[in-house]
Amino acid sequence: MWGIVKDLIKYNSEFRIGATLILVVLTIAGLSLVSPYPANVTYVVAPDVPPSRAHWFGTTSRGQDVFWQLTFAIRNTLVFGILVAGLSRLLSLAIGLVAGYRGGWVDRVLMSINDTFIVIPLFPVLILFYFVLRDRMSTALLALIMACLGWAYDARLIRSVAMSIKSREFTETSIFSGMTTREILMQEHLPYVMPIVFSTTMNNMNWSIGLEVTLAVLGFMDIDTPTIGSMIYWANQHTAIVAGIWWWIAFPVGLVVMTFVGLFLLAVSMNEYIDPRSRLARMGGGVR
Amino acid sequence: MTDYLRYLLKRFGQFAFVVFIGVNLAYVITHATPIDPVEQSIAAVTSFGNTSPDAIADMRSSLQELYGLKGGQVAQYAAFWGRVVRGDFGPSLSAFPTPVSSLILRAMPWTIGLLVTSTLIAWVIGNLLGGLAGYYHHNRGLKALGVIAMGLHPVPYYIIALMLLIVFGFVWPVLPISGGAAMNLQPEWSWAFVSSVIRHSTLPALSLILIGLGGWFLGTRSLVSNVITEDYVSYAEIAGVDNGRILISYVMRNALAPQLTGLAMSLGGIFNGAVITEKVFGYPGMGSLLVDAVYAGDYGLVLGVTTVSIVGVSLAVFIIDLLYPLIDPRVQVR
Repeated sequence: MWGIVKDLIKYNSEFRIGATLILVVLTIAGLSLVSPYPANVTYVVAPDVPPSRAHWFGTTSRGQDVFWQLTFAIRNTLVFGILVAGLSRLLSLAIGLVAGYRGGWVDRVLMSINDTFIVIPLFPVLILFYFVLRDRMSTALLALIMACLGWAYDARLIRSVAMSIKSREFTETSIFSGMTTREILMQEHLPYVMPIVFSTTMNNMNWSIGLEVTLAVLGFMDIDTPTIGSMIYWANQHTAIVAGIWWWIAFPVGLVVMTFVGLFLLAVSMNEYIDPRSRLARMGGGVR
Repeated sequence: MTDYLRYLLKRFGQFAFVVFIGVNLAYVITHATPIDPVEQSIAAVTSFGNTSPDAIADMRSSLQELYGLKGGQVAQYAAFWGRVVRGDFGPSLSAFPTPVSSLILRAMPWTIGLLVTSTLIAWVIGNLLGGLAGYYHHNRGLKALGVIAMGLHPVPYYIIALMLLIVFGFVWPVLPISGGAAMNLQPEWSWAFVSSVIRHSTLPALSLILIGLGGWFLGTRSLVSNVITEDYVSYAEIAGVDNGRILISYVMRNALAPQLTGLAMSLGGIFNGAVITEKVFGYPGMGSLLVDAVYAGDYGLVLGVTTVSIVGVSLAVFIIDLLYPLIDPRVQVR
């Protein structure tokens, strides 16, 4: 494991940049534990102070320190992304592995459902959920709903790998040695798809954080929990840009863009690592 | 030809299945929740002043009929499908008594126009540049473009739209940042109106294109860099086929087929982006309609826009699927 990371740092510039960005983001999120101000209390500092020594990123019109507020916001946003990614990974793994291994009608039925979830525009569906649930829509519930909607694309990817390892010899050996389907999938096939699971986790986090930000900005979420989206929501409510409080918008947007680019670069570098052809090319060997 | 017909039938079956699941999803979400839209509407109407209990009872029964909430579960379900098939979602509450369907019909050309134009531009330019970048992989300028694409692609639509809004609305106000056309113009085929529409849709379209471009660019680049290692490309090079022809007929055509599937698969996501972008730029399409309907608590309109967008997007995917055999003739044989 450590060896892989060392290889990636040495040969893969995407991984270097992505890992650095994510480390910075994680550090900021970690700082929320030592914040001098509580997360949900407003008017604890003088409002509308531009960035200065005392308040590095300035203060909001609601009397909150932008930097320390940001530490809570990015932490909650990341936790949300990890929650959605983790839950939807379980679904896509189960469906992808079973569809790829069983084939036949099981595969056809599962993939029909799968394609349906790829095609359906999820944003209107999420808005419909918010519309009927209103105040009962909590962050945890939204994470659960999004996990149930966002597994399809990756399930297809996992299925394609499962199909290719199904025809390998070791699968037959395990069948002849009397392993059950569940055992074969969990012990033999799961390790093969883990690299894909890692790289799709990053992309899925990007997807879910993007939707979370968007929903919160529109006010379609629990906006009292500090997240990147709810910070931008409150800044918009106080017309921060027109009022010249640019730091209230600029820093959250900057930090979330860092998160997106960082996660994306990590996913890209992992995909390249999985594909032996591009790994060879990077290390200066192989074709072209 | 029969193979194509079989392919067409299969795709149509998938289309019908998507619509079936989508409409059921909308039905389940709206009917399995603890919140009753009828009571909500009554609460909204009666929150100002006194209303007699008789009037409330009347209102309740007519609202139940309006929302198709009368009768047992089976009857409600059948009524729901009847409405979807007829495209009748009752009158809108926020724009009473305009029917929901006419509000949607009014908004639809804006969304379709914006979506089709920006998706086509992003797909064509992104694939073209990505193909060039994959084929001439030592070119400095194309490499720089790749870095920009990597930075733009993962950023969600809302953030890009917000940035464009700040830059072009606040820092350097040269383009209109809100509305679909100038307020004082009549919708007609005149230069003044059309040019106003184009000016107003520049920023929303730009934000959709900027996001889309990166994805297509990166996708085609990696596809092309795989295709150029194939034997038939090396053979063509040795045989002295000129570079332009290799790029177009040998490399690009093979790379485009999966990108067309990619377009079909990401259409739902692009539509999501359009919904958000429209809201940010106050564009009078389905996205603004949907968000405003939620703010106004307009049950019929939210349900109507959701259902229509599910059907619309799956129809668009079906149409792209029909075009697929034109690029990849092997599909017919399968």
